[in-house]
Amino acid sequence: MTDHLETAAEPTADPRDRGGPAQPMLIVDKIRKYFPIKAGLLNRTVAQVKAVDDISFYVLKGETLGVVGESGCGKSTLARLLMHLVEKDEGTMILDGDPVGEVRGVGLDALRRSMQMVFQDSYSSLNPRLPIEQSIAYGPKVQGATRRRAREQARDLLQRVGLKPQLFSQRYPHELSGGQKQRVNIARALALDPRLLILDEAVSALDKSVEAQVLNLLGDLKQQLNLTYIFISHDLHVVRYISDRVLVMYLGQVVEIGPVDAIYEDPKHPYTQALLECRLSMDPAERVETAPLSGDPPNPVNPPSGCRFHTRCPFAEDVCTATAPRLGNVLDFDSRQHLAACHMVHAGSGHSRAPRSVAAPSPGDVQ
Amino acid sequence: MNEMPRPIPSQAERYAGEGEAFVKVEDLKVRFVSRDATVRAVNGVSFELARGEVLCVIGESGSGKSVMMRSLLRLHPPKRTVIEGRMLVGGHDIGAVDERTMSSLRGSTISMIFQEPMTALDPLYTIGDQIAETVMRHEKLGRKAAWARALELLELVRVPSAERRLKAYPHELSGGLRQRAMIAVALSCRPGLLLADEPTTALDASVQIQVLVLLRKLQRDMGMSMIFVTHDLGVAAQVADKVAVMYAGRIIEHGAARDVLVHPQHPYTRAMLSSTIKDRHKAGPLGAIGGSPPDLRALPEGCSFAPRCPYAGPECLPAMPAPVVGADGHTARCVRTEVVDGVLEFRPGTALPA
Amino acid sequence: MSDISAPALFPAAAPVHVRGYWASVWNRLRYDYVTLFCLAVIILIVLSAVFAPMLAPMDPDRSSMANRLRAIGDRGYILGTDEQGRDMLSRLLYGGRVSLAMGILPVMFATVIGGMFGVIAGFFGGKVNMLIMRTMDVFFAFPSVLLAVAISGSLGGGFTNQLITLTVVLVPPLCRVAETATSQIRSMDFVDAGRASGASSISIIVHHVLINVMSPVLVYASTLVSVSIILASGLSFLGLGVSPPTADWGLMLSTLRQSIYVQPLVSAIPGIAILITSIAFNLVSDGLRQAMDVKG
Repeated sequence: MTDHLETAAEPTADPRDRGGPAQPMLIVDKIRKYFPIKAGLLNRTVAQVKAVDDISFYVLKGETLGVVGESGCGKSTLARLLMHLVEKDEGTMILDGDPVGEVRGVGLDALRRSMQMVFQDSYSSLNPRLPIEQSIAYGPKVQGATRRRAREQARDLLQRVGLKPQLFSQRYPHELSGGQKQRVNIARALALDPRLLILDEAVSALDKSVEAQVLNLLGDLKQQLNLTYIFISHDLHVVRYISDRVLVMYLGQVVEIGPVDAIYEDPKHPYTQALLECRLSMDPAERVETAPLSGDPPNPVNPPSGCRFHTRCPFAEDVCTATAPRLGNVLDFDSRQHLAACHMVHAGSGHSRAPRSVAAPSPGDVQ
Repeated sequence: MNEMPRPIPSQAERYAGEGEAFVKVEDLKVRFVSRDATVRAVNGVSFELARGEVLCVIGESGSGKSVMMRSLLRLHPPKRTVIEGRMLVGGHDIGAVDERTMSSLRGSTISMIFQEPMTALDPLYTIGDQIAETVMRHEKLGRKAAWARALELLELVRVPSAERRLKAYPHELSGGLRQRAMIAVALSCRPGLLLADEPTTALDASVQIQVLVLLRKLQRDMGMSMIFVTHDLGVAAQVADKVAVMYAGRIIEHGAARDVLVHPQHPYTRAMLSSTIKDRHKAGPLGAIGGSPPDLRALPEGCSFAPRCPYAGPECLPAMPAPVVGADGHTARCVRTEVVDGVLEFRPGTALPA
Repeated sequence: MSDISAPALFPAAAPVHVRGYWASVWNRLRYDYVTLFCLAVIILIVLSAVFAPMLAPMDPDRSSMANRLRAIGDRGYILGTDEQGRDMLSRLLYGGRVSLAMGILPVMFATVIGGMFGVIAGFFGGKVNMLIMRTMDVFFAFPSVLLAVAISGSLGGGFTNQLITLTVVLVPPLCRVAETATSQIRSMDFVDAGRASGASSISIIVHHVLINVMSPVLVYASTLVSVSIILASGLSFLGLGVSPPTADWGLMLSTLRQSIYVQPLVSAIPGIAILITSIAFNLVSDGLRQAMDVKG
C-alpha cells in the first residue's frame, strides 16, 4: 500500500492507469436489472421489480459521484450490479477504457482488484467469528498473497484507517464501536489496492461525530491512494459535502444528474426539489410546517406509467402520465453537464411549463 | 431552575409559569449489573417537563438516552437493573408503584413509540385488532366502540383509506404507514406522556418529515407531554420545546431548543454541531470529535467529556462540573461556561478562579 | 489559561482485555452450575462405560438360575440381578457402552452428513436447495420412531445396522438446521465482501460460512444425543437393536418388563439410567446454547 504515497501527488502518474487521465474511470451504459417475483405452484414469474432500469452514467478519475435516492430506488442494487455481485440483465460497463466481462476486456478478477465496495455498517458487514485482521487479510489471500504478506498488509491497513494494529488486530467485530467497524470495512475494501471504491451508505448508521471522523478519513484516503468514489447515500447533507457530481435516482431510474452545486442550488427535477426541501434545518425557528412530499415512495414492482414520479409530483399533467421523459445524452463526458428527466425542462415536451422554444437556455435542455 | 433572576421574560415565564411539572425526574441513576461488569448507563439525570411540553433528548449511541427513557416505563429487566432516584409522572412514583399499577399506566398514562414499528406491532393481529384491544383493556369500552375508536385514530394519524387499513396486518403496510399505525396504537388511550425513541430514524427523509409534522400536530392538539429521543439535531429542531444533551449518562446541556441548538455553550454540544454537516461544501475537513465515548463500565473521574475535549485542563479532572444555570434556564455542566448578564457563555480562554 | 492538550492529561486507555469467541463461551459456561453438574454426570457415565471391564464386579453375561431377580443390595449384588440372574450393575456398566455409542456416534455421522448437505443447499439455493431439501422432507414426513423402526426392520438388527438406522433418521433435522443457518449467513454483507474480493464459493464456505454455522448446528446436535439414546433404547426394546445377550439399556428394559411386579426397583434401573443420561445431555446442550449465544 505504501508505495502509492509517492505517486499520490501526481494523479496521472498512477502505474495502474491504462486509458489516460481523460478516460473516465467507469462508464455504465444502459445497465438494467429486473428481479422476477415468482409465485404459484409452477413458480411462474408474476411480476418484476424494476430495481435498476436502463441507467447510464460515468465517473471520472479522481472524482466523487454521489448517488442519492430514497429506499427502494435501486441504489443498493446498482452498487451490487457494478460489483458484479448481482448478474445484470443488460447493459455494458467500461472500466478505464476496457469493457468488463467481454473477451477482449477486463476479467472479473481484474475488475475486483480495481473496484471494491464498502458496505453499510451493520451487524452483517463483518464476519462475527473472525478477528478483524483476518477479515481484512482474506481478500489478499484469495488473490494469492501468502499468509504472512496478507497479515502484514492487514496491519498496515489498520494503521492507515486509524486503528492501532497492536490494539485492534485480534479483536472481534462485537468488540468494536460502529465507527471502528466502519474503519475496518474501509480497510478491507482497500486491501486489494482498488482504484474505484463504491461506498454504499457507508456512514449512514454512524453517530454524527463519528460520521465526521469517517468522512475525513475517506477524504484523506482518496488523496493518498488516488481513489475514485461512488458514494451512495440517502443523506443529502453528506452527499453535498463529499461529491463532485450528484446522480438522483427514483424508482430505478436517473431523474437528475449534474455538478453538485447545480443540483443543490438549481434543482431541475421536482423530485430533487422536494428531496432538498426535506432537509431539516438545525434552527427551531425554521421548522417545516407542511411536508414537501406526501405518501411513501411507490413500490418498484409495478412502477407508474410515464414519468414514474407523476403520482407524487405537484406539477403532473397528462403528458407525464402518458410518456416517460428522457434524461438526454448522459455519456457526453462534460462534467458540467446538468440533465433532468422531466417534461418541464424539455422544450416541446407538451408540458405547459416546458420552455417554449428549443433555444431556451436551460442546462437540462439537451434535445 | 427558578430561583435565578429573570431579565429575559419570554423564555423564563414559560418555565416559571407552569405549576406542578407533569414529569419530574430527580437524580436518576441506572446501572446494569452482570457478572462481568457493571454498566453505568445513566448517572444522575434530573429534569422537569410541564404538561404539553416536548423535551428532546439528544445524544449519541451509548449516551444513556434510551435507557433513561425506558426506565420511565420500567422496561428494563428488574433482575439485572439497579435504578436509583425518583421518577414522577402525573403524580405516580414510577419507582415505587406495584407491577399492576405499572401495567395499567403503560399505554394509558405513558405510551411509547419505537424506531422499528415491527417490534411494537404484533404481526399476527390486524392494526384494528391491536388498537381496539388496547382501548378495550384500558378504557373498558365495548368491542364496537373500540373499533370505532380505532378508525378514528387511524384517520387522526392520516392513514389514507383508514377503513381498509384497519383490517391490514403490519407487514402489509409500508414503512411510513406502519409508523403511523404504531403512533395510533400508542395514542389510543390519550396518554399524558408520549415517549418516542428515535421514531423517524429508519424512515426516508420525505417520510420522516411527514411523521414529524404529524407528531407535533397531534402532541399540540392533545396537549400531551412528549420526550423524544434522537441523535439527529435537525430532528430535534423540528419538534423540541426544550432540549437536553446527554453524554455518558448525564445531561451536560439543557435549555430551550433554540438556546441549545443555535447557541450551545457546552464544548460537546458545540463539537457535535460543528461535526454535523448541514449544507456545506467540501472546504477542508470536518470538525470531528476525536476519540470515542467513554466506556460505561469504567467511567473516568471528573468530567466525562474531558478526555475528548480540546479545552480540557486539570480543573476538569476532580469531579463532574456542577450545572451552571443561566437566567432563562439554560444549563451547562462545564467549568468553562459562565453566566454573563444572566446568559450562559462558554469561555474557552478565561482563567478559572480556584 | 490552560493549554495542556487532552492527550497529555489522559494516558491512553489500557487495552481492553480481548477474549476469543470460545474463551467467552467458556467464561459463561463456567458460572452455569446446572450445566457444569450435568457435564460432570455425563463425564462420569462416559468414564464408567469406558472402564466398565475394570469397574464391573462380575461378568455381565454370566447367568445364574439360582440368583434370579435378587433385590437391590441382596447377597453382594449391589443393584440386584435380572431375570436370568445376571448382575445388574455389571450389565448397566457394559450396557452404557452400547447406549452411549448409540447416542453419540449416529449424531456425529449425521452432523457431518446432514451439515454438509444443509450447507450446500443453503449456500447455493435454487435447484440444488430444492433437490436436497425436498428429499429431506420425504424423511421428515414420517415420525422419527416409525422411520427408525421401518429402516431397522428392513436392515435387520445388530450394532452396525442400528448405527446406520439412527444416522439416517438424524440426518434430515440436522440438514434443516444447517440449511437455515447457512441461508441466513449467505445473505450477510461479509459474504458479498468475500465474493467481491474474488473468492470462490468453496473458499467462502470454508472461511466464512462453516465457522458461523457450526455453533447452531453443534448445539442442535447435542440435543439430539438424548433423542438418539432414547431411539436406540426403543429399537433394542423392540428387539431391533443389538442382539442378546449383549447388554444394552433398552434391551435390559425390555427383558425386565415382565418382572416389573416381582422386582419393580430393579426393573426400573435401566430406565432410570436412560432418563438420567438423556436429561443430562439435554441440560448440557441447553447450557451450551445459552453460552454460545454471545452477541456478535
